[in-house]
Amino acid sequence: MRIRVQMFAIARQHAGADSVELEVPAGATVGELRESLFRRLPELGALGTRVLFAVDGEYAGDASPLRSDCEVACIPPVSGG
Amino acid sequence: MIELTREPIDTTALLQRIQSPAAGAVLLFLGTVREFTAGRQTARLEYEAYETMARSKMAELADAAVERWNLVGCAIVHRLGTLELGEASVAVAVSSAHRAASFAAGQWLIDTLKDVVPVWKREIWSDGSTEWVHPEKCPTGAPPPSLPESRA
Repeated sequence: MRIRVQMFAIARQHAGADSVELEVPAGATVGELRESLFRRLPELGALGTRVLFAVDGEYAGDASPLRSDCEVACIPPVSGG
Repeated sequence: MIELTREPIDTTALLQRIQSPAAGAVLLFLGTVREFTAGRQTARLEYEAYETMARSKMAELADAAVERWNLVGCAIVHRLGTLELGEASVAVAVSSAHRAASFAAGQWLIDTLKDVVPVWKREIWSDGSTEWVHPEKCPTGAPPPSLPESRA
């Protein structure tokens, strides 16, 4: 299935775009998406587990399953305030 | 009141939203754009957010603080876009019957906001270089794995 991942801050900078589309197996998890995204963008991968993911607006751990209609975002370490 | 705005934060309006005869204490925290960080000079900052999630996380924090400290009012506003030195990037305003609750809630709200709300700042340094700010601390509050202790 095809997942569009919204990209922000340093992740957007490395991707050169507001979003990235990745092909992952049906029923793939956030962890598998992470591996796929980090292979595409090794500079982002250097931040490792400090990069979090949100699914449908909530932080989601690597074991969380994805559906093709999920809203997925890559959340590099936040720095608001 | 939860808001993301590209305009300067109107603190007078913000305080009016949370002041009430039920409150004996009103507390306002502003995070502002600092000129020097570890000896480097900032020219300005740029903020961006994952806006839908940032709003929902800010609302969750406000609801949790109202519940935990029995607040009378609670408002959080975060600025986005380009900010000049001295401008407020974030405002947290709370009111409560007595001051201890407002101080505790205000501290918790800004600390937790900085950990979990998906907002990012980019430094525009005075030499023209730019850099996204990504603190070493994880948003979950857990320390990053196998990070060597920093030495002075």
